[in-house]
Amino acid sequence: MTEEPIHLETDVLVVGAGGAGMYAAIAAARNGANVLLLDKSLIGRGGATIMAQMTVAVAVGEQTPDHWTHHLADTLNAGRGLCDEELAAILCREGPERIREMDEWRVGWTREDGHMKQVMAPGHEIPRCVFVDFLNTGPAVAKTLRTRVARTDGITKISNLSVTDLVVEDGRVRGAVALDLNGGRAVTIAAGAVVLAAGGLTRLYQRNSASVNMGGESYALALRAGADLIDMEFVQFFPIGHLAPRLVGMDPIMWDPFRYKLGGRLLNGNQEEFIEKYGASDSGTYTAPRDVTSYAIFKEVEAGRASPNGGAYLSFTHLDEATLREAFGPVINRLACNGIDLTKRPIEVAPIAHYHMGGIRVTPEMATTVPGLYASGEAVGGANGANRLSGNAITEALVFGERAGHFAAQAATNKVWNSSWADDAVGDIETMAPDSGNAPTFGELFGELQNLMWQKVGLLRTGEKLEQALSRIREMQAQDLPRMRPQNKGPFALGVQEWFDLRAALATAETIALTALNRTESRGAHQREDLPDTEESQTHNQCVRLSGGTLTLESVPVRRTEFEKVALGATE
Amino acid sequence: MKTAPISIQRGGGDTPDRTESFEVPYSEGMSVLDALIWIRNNADPSLAFRYSCINANACKECVLKVDGKTDYACTARLDEQGVTIGPLTNKTLIRDLVVDTLPPKERLDSLGR
Ligand SMILES: Cc1cc2nc3c(=O)[nH]c(=O)nc-3n(C[C@H](O)[C@H](O)[C@H](O)COP(=O)(O)OP(=O)(O)OC[C@H]3O[C@@H](n4cnc5c(N)ncnc54)[C@H](O)[C@@H]3O)c2cc1C
Ligand code: FES
Repeated sequence: MTEEPIHLETDVLVVGAGGAGMYAAIAAARNGANVLLLDKSLIGRGGATIMAQMTVAVAVGEQTPDHWTHHLADTLNAGRGLCDEELAAILCREGPERIREMDEWRVGWTREDGHMKQVMAPGHEIPRCVFVDFLNTGPAVAKTLRTRVARTDGITKISNLSVTDLVVEDGRVRGAVALDLNGGRAVTIAAGAVVLAAGGLTRLYQRNSASVNMGGESYALALRAGADLIDMEFVQFFPIGHLAPRLVGMDPIMWDPFRYKLGGRLLNGNQEEFIEKYGASDSGTYTAPRDVTSYAIFKEVEAGRASPNGGAYLSFTHLDEATLREAFGPVINRLACNGIDLTKRPIEVAPIAHYHMGGIRVTPEMATTVPGLYASGEAVGGANGANRLSGNAITEALVFGERAGHFAAQAATNKVWNSSWADDAVGDIETMAPDSGNAPTFGELFGELQNLMWQKVGLLRTGEKLEQALSRIREMQAQDLPRMRPQNKGPFALGVQEWFDLRAALATAETIALTALNRTESRGAHQREDLPDTEESQTHNQCVRLSGGTLTLESVPVRRTEFEKVALGATE
Repeated sequence: MKTAPISIQRGGGDTPDRTESFEVPYSEGMSVLDALIWIRNNADPSLAFRYSCINANACKECVLKVDGKTDYACTARLDEQGVTIGPLTNKTLIRDLVVDTLPPKERLDSLGR
């Protein structure tokens, strides 16, 4: 070892600074804790939150009368019987409070006639989704929280610090070990409690809407710490991700708001509408659930009716320029820079991995199965069951973030630290495997994993494909990862980071493939071609944990809660 | 296959200052960031640059010099003539295209330990 690692101490350590992590930091500080908020990338910039361009589901009832129990009913309906109903109820019940708090912090929810404007989105019974124009929801949320974090006493922020391991001793999380990217060295952190808010996993799939920091690290860190994960088989595919022509500088899922504002016709390679064939109605009204739309496009592609680049057409050619400009003003210019004129020709879309329903198993207090370890945001599993209702993810990030910070602050114990606890994890950072000659590179291995996940653990699964994927993932863990070697060391040597990225990606991928193999039915986002029916007998959740180096599975009953939809008043 | 020549000003860390050139497979509409990612994955895994969101132009991390002008790597388009890429010149160089762009209150060394 070269030098002693830098050592930091805090009451509450928050890992990841997206919507969930920033809210957790604010809430923990409000509850009297000293907080250390870290991000592998830059605070508030590295993950999904800043990339979200659309809507946030919340029963504030400003557009039409609404009540959180109605939001809950829609959430449970989308979740296909598998939502952890207590978590879902918390999401819906506390959503309005968080959205109004964000409003006080001047996020700038778009207004109409003096109230928050709420629009319709797929799967909702009524217009329930708030947003910030134009396509600015996520950037506005991220900026507001960044400002708020800066104004809250007691929060220390550090960017480019990437947590590689949690330290668990005597049955409790004691802190973490991290890689300081700028300095190229290890950092140890003692903490009274830890909140994992490191986001989702969609980067594991070849076609995705992910940033580079969404490679499943939350789940891998939790697993290695001994925590339970739940519902890992349920990865949501966004049906109409941008496919062609090449679109630079815009969110690949930007066609969603176009469709809900303007309709837009979804056509196969033969220019025919096709959603109806798969049991949903659509024809420009955009009400088909996401999983059905994704499935329908995949099936059309498989049947040889794909658009030229392997997806479906989305056509707005029935609209004129003035209508487009009225709805999307500046966005139309950005499209023109990309050489796209929607009045002239359709664009191509295809399903892309977009969100993860599964994740770390938590109590309603956001406590994981490891004492002192909390989770929030997309890292948490359960609230959305087998399929997420659109707009629920940002609400989830804010609500669960606030709760995790709040309860972690209350539970934070005195910091106890012994530097020997971190020796192994620090050693992982400082002693990378020696060159074994012919070692595979990160680019090769990660590319192979993304391809494998897309082909065999993606939208249309079979037992055979899942078994093949599982055995290759395990082989990569046992043989390739130990041989992979960073090309350089020191400041901003990305190869060191990438070694940890691959380790986390493989650990997370293994849990998806294993749980998908073990769920012998089709339900929501988990579609088995060899087992197309939904089995009533499998209305349970699967938990997975690491014990003695291998994954073990357990089926647990779905957590239910009693509730009744509250009658809504007559239209005001 | 069409290719485009990419020249990159490199240095910092423990490496000498130099300019290196790469021939990158070219397809219409591709971004400078696409080319950099291709180089890391296929030609030189030691190349350092910052980026996060790839397509959304939201994170603003990928700012650098393209043919001498400050630009985002993800929105700057490539053509078959190729480009010269360098780091921002008004900040401390860390490695290759990475300079110290961290806000002052987000630095590990600002903790004074
Ligand atoms: C393109 C896109 C559009 C979307 N649109 C919508 C929408 O319109 N409505 C909606 O409700 N939802 C939407 N979603 C989903 C929603 O944005 C996310 O679920 C939500 O923002 C997740 O917030 P988070 O804070 O949990 O994670 P993120 O915002 O992803 O933040 C996680 C942070 O953790 C950091 N991190 C990762 N690993 C580590 C580590 N090891 N150490 C330290 N830091 C780490 C990352 O750099 C990142 O900054 C969208 C998602 C995407 C990708
Ligand atoms: S990669 Fe995010 S702005 Fe360029």
